[in-house]
Amino acid sequence: MSDAILSLSDVTKQFGSLLASDSVTLDLRAGEIHALIGPNGAGKSTLIKQIAGEIKSDRGDIHFNGQNINALDAVARSRMGLARTFQVSSLMPEFSVLQNVMLARQSVSGKVFRFFKPVLGDKSLVDPAMAQLERVGLADRAQMRAADISHGERRQLEMAVALALEPKAFLLDEPMAGMGPEGSKRLTGFLDGLRGQAPILLVEHDMDAVFALADRISVLVYGRIIATGTVDEIRGNDDVKRAYLGEEA
Amino acid sequence: MTMNREFLINSILAIALITVPLIALGMDEPFIITLATKVAIFAMAGVGLNLVLGYGGLVSFGHAAFFGIGGYAAGILASHALNYEPIMESPFLIEGTTQMIVIWIVALVVSALVALVIGAITLRTSGVYFIMITLAFAQMIYYFAISWPAYGGEDGLSIYVRNGFPGINTLDPISFFALCAVMLAIAMVFSAVLIRSRFGLALQGARQNAQRMTAVGIAPFRIRLVAFVISAMITALAGALYADLNRFVSPTMLSWHMSGEIMVFVILGGVGRLFGPLAGAALYIILEHLLGGVWEFWQLPLGVLLLLVVLFARGGLVGVLAGERKHV
Repeated sequence: MSDAILSLSDVTKQFGSLLASDSVTLDLRAGEIHALIGPNGAGKSTLIKQIAGEIKSDRGDIHFNGQNINALDAVARSRMGLARTFQVSSLMPEFSVLQNVMLARQSVSGKVFRFFKPVLGDKSLVDPAMAQLERVGLADRAQMRAADISHGERRQLEMAVALALEPKAFLLDEPMAGMGPEGSKRLTGFLDGLRGQAPILLVEHDMDAVFALADRISVLVYGRIIATGTVDEIRGNDDVKRAYLGEEA
Repeated sequence: MTMNREFLINSILAIALITVPLIALGMDEPFIITLATKVAIFAMAGVGLNLVLGYGGLVSFGHAAFFGIGGYAAGILASHALNYEPIMESPFLIEGTTQMIVIWIVALVVSALVALVIGAITLRTSGVYFIMITLAFAQMIYYFAISWPAYGGEDGLSIYVRNGFPGINTLDPISFFALCAVMLAIAMVFSAVLIRSRFGLALQGARQNAQRMTAVGIAPFRIRLVAFVISAMITALAGALYADLNRFVSPTMLSWHMSGEIMVFVILGGVGRLFGPLAGAALYIILEHLLGGVWEFWQLPLGVLLLLVVLFARGGLVGVLAGERKHV
């Protein structure tokens, strides 16, 4: 527990009669990729929203970097170093690719209320933003409108924005969603190298990617974690086979 | 290419605004100078609104409140000064003034404070609710002005002599026009600088995707509130000039018709375009005086035009002429 960057205990959220997350206890340790898998509607995205602070939990505690963050809103959690990507790309469509990343850099710099200096000439924003675009392979798209790049490129841009926040933990909500096999493979390689920078809580349906990347896997079914373990442990778990993998295979 | 074309359109608009009154001066047509002054002032009110409406995506239907506050700042201060009645005597003496600079400072401060309160409440809502609540606040101020007999109530307040500005004879139409045009230019330059700054990037980001703003750790509310206050201040300054142009201020300046008119300038000219409000205000005044002179239902074609702009030309007049933008 001591090396957990992010830990959830007894986190619960009920929508009407639906238990979206049911006493979830989970931790994300330094240097690991922890995959969160489960059938559609299991409550994975809801859990990500609870961690990011977009949905308030009914019960339970979330600790991040040794601090209880229950009372903090999404803005404060992001500023503490919790960076999330969205299942459906959520970007500034009218901004250029570069501007999308610059906005994140602006937040990190802590200086948003600057009224006079032109932002596009501000090397302290442009240079680190370009560096992140180069990392994800989007540097040649920097001046294009985010609305005009391809779906796969928008997924890459989501990653670049998250990277630009220099987070202490990543919450990635289906980063491979809608990517072709080529793109998935490339992103898998990229995420593999990312765990050294900050641990990743990875929600993903692409099982090849999950098995290739995850140090540990938690399986969420009807809002409840039915198993947590290494790839081999999860593959061998009968409950998981019945509830999830068995159904798919 | 489109940037160059927009620059060309903007230059033509700016040159037209300056040359038309000069020609009118040569032809001894002071009425045209007054119309051009009106265009400059309305454009400035629109520049204020454009900041929140165009760049921030916040449809404020209550900007008449700030336009009127500016107007009443001019009217009230001038009436006290002209009647030699101090505004208050105890605990300390506050007197009226006929100095525009003092009036403007008062207009800026009062409108900023009012906008801070209105914005802090209205900006917690969005969409239709935001439109209706800004309207409601403006109407509250409107009815307050109507039922406040000390400053003329429904009848309004006359400013017998136009307020003064050091080194300028403000009673001379072309001089007053020049003053208004310079103020408009300052407002536009300020606005242009603002939207290119970090703050401007955040404001435009908040318009496009509040969820993403929050996720990168910038609270849209604070950005919008600051923009709302700045926007109100610019519109209030225009209001102070408008009261001086007419030498009269009345609750009409505060009414929802006025809010609608300012919105029309922005939408007609081009939402989120720097020169949009100028193009819109100019077109509005030209229509009002060309068509209005021959046909009392001149607002009918204006309505049709507005409808066409909203349906087919989201960039307004400037957008149609200059083409779509690549990115902001």
